[in-house]
Amino acid sequence: MTKYLGKEMSRVDGAAKVTGAAKYAAEFQVNNLAHGFLVMSTVAKGRITAIDTKEAEQQTGVIRVFTHLNAPKLAFAAAKTIDPLAPPDGQPFHALTGDKIYFSNQPIALVVAETYEGARYASRLVKVSYQEEKPVTDIENSGAKAYAAKSSDPPAIAEQKINPRGDASRAFRSAPVKIEAEYTIPIEHHNPIEPLASIALWQNGKLVIFDKTQAVMTLRNYLAAAFGIAATDVSVVSPFVGGAFGNSLRPNQTPALAAMAARELKRPVKLVLTRRQSFTTSGYRPATWQKVSLGADNKGKLSAIIHENITNTSSYEDYSENTVSVARMTYACPNVSLDYKVAKTDLPTPSSMRAPGAVSKMFALESAMDELAYKLKIDPIELRLINYAETEPDSGKPWSSKELREAYRQAAEKFGWSKRNPEPRSMRDGNLLVGWGMATAIWGAFQMPSSIRMTLKSDGTALVQSAASDIGPGTYTVITMIAAEYLGLPMEKVKFELGLSDFPTAPHQGGSWTTASVGSAAVGAAKEIQKKLLELANKDANSPFKNATAEQLQFDNGKVFLKNNPAQTLSYSEILRGNNLSEIVETYESKPSPEREKYGTATHGAQFAEVKVDPDLGTVRVTRIVEATACGKVMNLKTSHSQEMGGAVWGIGMALHEATEIDHRYGRMVNASLADYHVPVNADVHDIETDFVEEEDKIVNELGVKGMGEVGMIGIPAAIANAVFHATGRRIRDLPITPDKLL
Amino acid sequence: MRPFKYSRASTTSSATQMLTTNRSAQFLAGGTNILDLMKEDVERPTELVDITRLNLTQVKKISDGANKGGVSIGALGKNTDTANHPLVRQNYPLLTQAILAGASQQIRNMATNGGNLNQRTRCSYFYDVAMPCNKREPGTGCGALEGINRMHALFGWSEQCVAVHPSDMCVALVALDAVVKVRGINGQERSIPFADYHRLPGDTPQKDNTLVQGELITAIELPKNNFADKSYYLKVRDRASYAFALVSAAAALEVDGNRIKQARLAMGGVSHKPWRAMEAEKFLVGKEATEASFKEAAEAEMRGARPLEHNKFKVELGTRAIVRAMTQAMNGGKNA
Amino acid sequence: MNEEIEETDLTADERELLAELTAEDAANALSVSGDARRQFLKQMSVAGGAVLAAQMLDAPTIFALSNEAAVYQAAGTENALKVVMKINGAEKSLSVDSRMTLLDALRERLALTGSKKGCDHGQCGACTVIVDGQRVLSCLTLAATCEGKSVTTVEGLAKGDDLHQMQAAFIKHDGFQCGYCTPGQICSAVALMNEAKNGEASYVTADVRSKARALQLSDDEIRERMSGNICRCGAYPNIVAAIREVHSGRDVAQTWQFAGDGSQAIFDVKEQTQKESATDATV
Repeated sequence: MTKYLGKEMSRVDGAAKVTGAAKYAAEFQVNNLAHGFLVMSTVAKGRITAIDTKEAEQQTGVIRVFTHLNAPKLAFAAAKTIDPLAPPDGQPFHALTGDKIYFSNQPIALVVAETYEGARYASRLVKVSYQEEKPVTDIENSGAKAYAAKSSDPPAIAEQKINPRGDASRAFRSAPVKIEAEYTIPIEHHNPIEPLASIALWQNGKLVIFDKTQAVMTLRNYLAAAFGIAATDVSVVSPFVGGAFGNSLRPNQTPALAAMAARELKRPVKLVLTRRQSFTTSGYRPATWQKVSLGADNKGKLSAIIHENITNTSSYEDYSENTVSVARMTYACPNVSLDYKVAKTDLPTPSSMRAPGAVSKMFALESAMDELAYKLKIDPIELRLINYAETEPDSGKPWSSKELREAYRQAAEKFGWSKRNPEPRSMRDGNLLVGWGMATAIWGAFQMPSSIRMTLKSDGTALVQSAASDIGPGTYTVITMIAAEYLGLPMEKVKFELGLSDFPTAPHQGGSWTTASVGSAAVGAAKEIQKKLLELANKDANSPFKNATAEQLQFDNGKVFLKNNPAQTLSYSEILRGNNLSEIVETYESKPSPEREKYGTATHGAQFAEVKVDPDLGTVRVTRIVEATACGKVMNLKTSHSQEMGGAVWGIGMALHEATEIDHRYGRMVNASLADYHVPVNADVHDIETDFVEEEDKIVNELGVKGMGEVGMIGIPAAIANAVFHATGRRIRDLPITPDKLL
Repeated sequence: MRPFKYSRASTTSSATQMLTTNRSAQFLAGGTNILDLMKEDVERPTELVDITRLNLTQVKKISDGANKGGVSIGALGKNTDTANHPLVRQNYPLLTQAILAGASQQIRNMATNGGNLNQRTRCSYFYDVAMPCNKREPGTGCGALEGINRMHALFGWSEQCVAVHPSDMCVALVALDAVVKVRGINGQERSIPFADYHRLPGDTPQKDNTLVQGELITAIELPKNNFADKSYYLKVRDRASYAFALVSAAAALEVDGNRIKQARLAMGGVSHKPWRAMEAEKFLVGKEATEASFKEAAEAEMRGARPLEHNKFKVELGTRAIVRAMTQAMNGGKNA
Repeated sequence: MNEEIEETDLTADERELLAELTAEDAANALSVSGDARRQFLKQMSVAGGAVLAAQMLDAPTIFALSNEAAVYQAAGTENALKVVMKINGAEKSLSVDSRMTLLDALRERLALTGSKKGCDHGQCGACTVIVDGQRVLSCLTLAATCEGKSVTTVEGLAKGDDLHQMQAAFIKHDGFQCGYCTPGQICSAVALMNEAKNGEASYVTADVRSKARALQLSDDEIRERMSGNICRCGAYPNIVAAIREVHSGRDVAQTWQFAGDGSQAIFDVKEQTQKESATDATV
């Protein structure tokens, strides 16, 4: 029986967030601050032939204008190896290091002035001449030259990929039932509401940087390498991150630029990007072309899956997002082949964006499965059950846990699926066409090495610290809960701090692995502290616990006691004071268990959507979403529901709204604003039910945590597209599903 | 944003005077559009004359003159207050609906009625100084003409400019035959019929309307009409709220039994100016108020459409939007 | 102090935990006047983790560098103007660049960073503040135009340690994740309560000709009226639940339990299906 874990707990940082007290990167008050503003290129490809900063520098309050001509060279070559997400092939782009233009809206100068207003104005006065070349920015044109890229997935993900299974093309040729279709997804942008921002200050050769980042440790090591100083001489401070969704996993341009300017000018510099600038400085979900070929027998048993995929990358890095080869992990099918290529474009390098790779692939695969279900006249859930992967399909290893079958059942029941008339256009609500669709979601269950420091103080409180991030999932709260649970302290006696690179190392916040990773470290540290407490207690000859075994003891509410005799108790304070200690400090590193290697590990979801389509105007409303997620143990029900809900909203955005438009003549993004790039607003979102099918999984880690940040969105775009087909009889294979496509 | 002088006008005459003295000065009212554009370096006034404290905010019944019995709304009244004024809600529900279809509550709380008329296009090429745009910088070409023009014009565009006027409010105003009251440089006033207030781009797309430097809108007059029982504003957009129109339709009908005595129809998102659908209106007079008539009227109007590469769908969507708006108007203009 | 409010406002799990607090802590939590839940939540927050960011990092060297009072008049101001306005009840006199927005004045000059810069162009709502009782966008408001006006930011909503009921409802319903759009959402929601009281109409109001009187907003009305505040984390259903609770004055269940409870919706659909043939559609 747990005290906190699995319960609904409000966020421990809630009060800070609702009162405005939570400080995000640009909000730290620093004396003598100078303000930076970037100048961006207006062409997409070529070279800068001249850059005239004179007029800008003459403006009141302008301190300096940095360009590639006068900016000091940093050791970026050394820094590259530090970024775990840097694609293996290519060189990262670093602003102000050369005259080459790789993409339109590329940072090419940094104006620093006494005021933000002054810097912004002067940035307009920098005159740039270019030798211009014709850019290529569409995968229709560049796709022909697409090629296979080395995977840029982190090792934990990359190791899950293996060679083709069976002979898919032969199996496809001989399959009695075939589906073959192409699917396209445009470039999409993360667009967290907080813009990229950094404040840099130097003191005695040491750098302090307040930055919006999902990876304080990566950024610390990166900046240390770039500036040629010891990692311990860099402090990255990032206690709150205003959303990121992947756009701040890799070091962005702002911290190095702000740090460079601050060092040169010998005063703190703040650099905050505009929304338009953010569109080309923190990556994006790449434009994706996919072709899915499914072969099946007349009963729906899959015999072949051929999944071809091209995404765009930049001209300077081979970004790929073969993240979790979902097509092969989802269904039991003897013949599967995957083909993944990248196509160079004169655009910035893409980056991981919530559920990278997986949500794109599942849009295609799960749309194709729906097409197959219609072709076979089999219920879409039934088709998935026929092809249910009882074991990990590539290796044949057993799953560490997989309650997907129960998730289908539960979500279908909650949704009312049995009342569905599968005939397209058969269901109505007044004038509106009603459509019901479903899809499967799948993501890995990752864990990364992670460290944490716990300090138990003689006043009965604990301080827990780790260089993790909380971009919104509720890491502050869940680690506080885990620490309190395992330390046997009331939650309000435990304080968890994160977002500072001086803390013990933790992985970047991505891949849905934070709770599994940092939480496991918290469990380990707490157990060590319990051990120490017992040792200390037993130093006293009269200790009541001398002969007690671990099973006989309980740690709760700041006290150790015998389960069968709770009167025999010592408080932690008493133990520490008895030993003249003011605190016990334990730093613990947890690593993924080797036992995991013997199993397939993944999280799954069954995701259902109801749409109502105006048959005249083509407008689609997603009126209901029901998700059942099987992701191991749920730590905090409240924030977990929110995570899945957020994922569903992201799915709505991807399905109906989101697209970055590029004028290929100029190679320039034209809707680089929140007015023109549509993310869902409140009126686009209706009822969303998120349920969990709990899995007992002691293989993945002691907590049984598998992760949930990604999986909640992965099936939603397909579920919505399938619902739109059910409502209208129109199969839209090109996202987003805007009204014009349904007229 | 370029450095500028901030001044505050205390009377309408000093306001117009200030814009005459400094030819590159502009009025500042709600600020929701001009500040946005100044940050993008699209608008570059050297002086902003804050007119928000002028006494031009009243909504009142007109007691004499050509529009006697109608309602006058002050140029500096906020969009929210105008939409919610009992005289407007009761007599011009079409205007209330149109205003409320635009932007967000926060913006409507700031934006003024006069400012709504004078807002500039949201064409992405106009907004991005790295792109060609004849409206922003005459002679540089129209980026959208052969570029991304899904949101652009069907009617009245020229090779110089295919942008659309972004307002919802103005679509209702042009349908309602509003009159723009303007105070000139020497204190003389003039009245501009709403349909003549905004311009088509022609060869001078930099000019959105027929105001001259220094002229100040003081009020918008709404003539008395019999449309309040049967009018509706429909806005079709890519997301459910807080988005500009793909197309919108302002429909108003006066019927005798089921026979149409008078019809008013205007469209948004289809032209450089709020588009008064005269062809459709002409067709409808004397017809039965049926879906078939509405469809035929809409098709009559749409015959004049000249779609661009990416906005062909607007012809069909516009037709259907007109039919829906007319149908809703006949049903009393209520939302389901 | 109202025990009933406390009971209904806490989640079952939190109620249980409140009961488990040591006598001393419980006395502490309950001794303060006002809503016990808000106090409890605040106490949980203060004790349980990082609440006030300024006090959250125990790395003193870093925080010594981040000075809360680093409010200064920068050199390089152009066309400076003196502006006197009331901010959260206190009169502030500032000399500002004519180009300075209210948002930048709050954030850069007054250390009131609760109001957020999300887009700086009136497209996201994160900068929403309340000026003279109306919610407006501070990023499109020049500071110079605020002379003599009264500005309320998110920092001005709580009364001392006692959270505004909208703030408490946002915590209870988890109406945020990253927290960045939250101050704007809350300022918007607080202003919305008055707009409803005044009977203001919206684009989804059934009949705008009906006489303005205090409204009980439906969820669709709340959604439309809150659409000027973008939440990229996607907490919308929770935001609506929080607002509905404050607006109705009644306890509202957590939203994630709702959608599947839609048997009503399903049956409606079924009835419609039976009633109508689907052959006349034009899609």
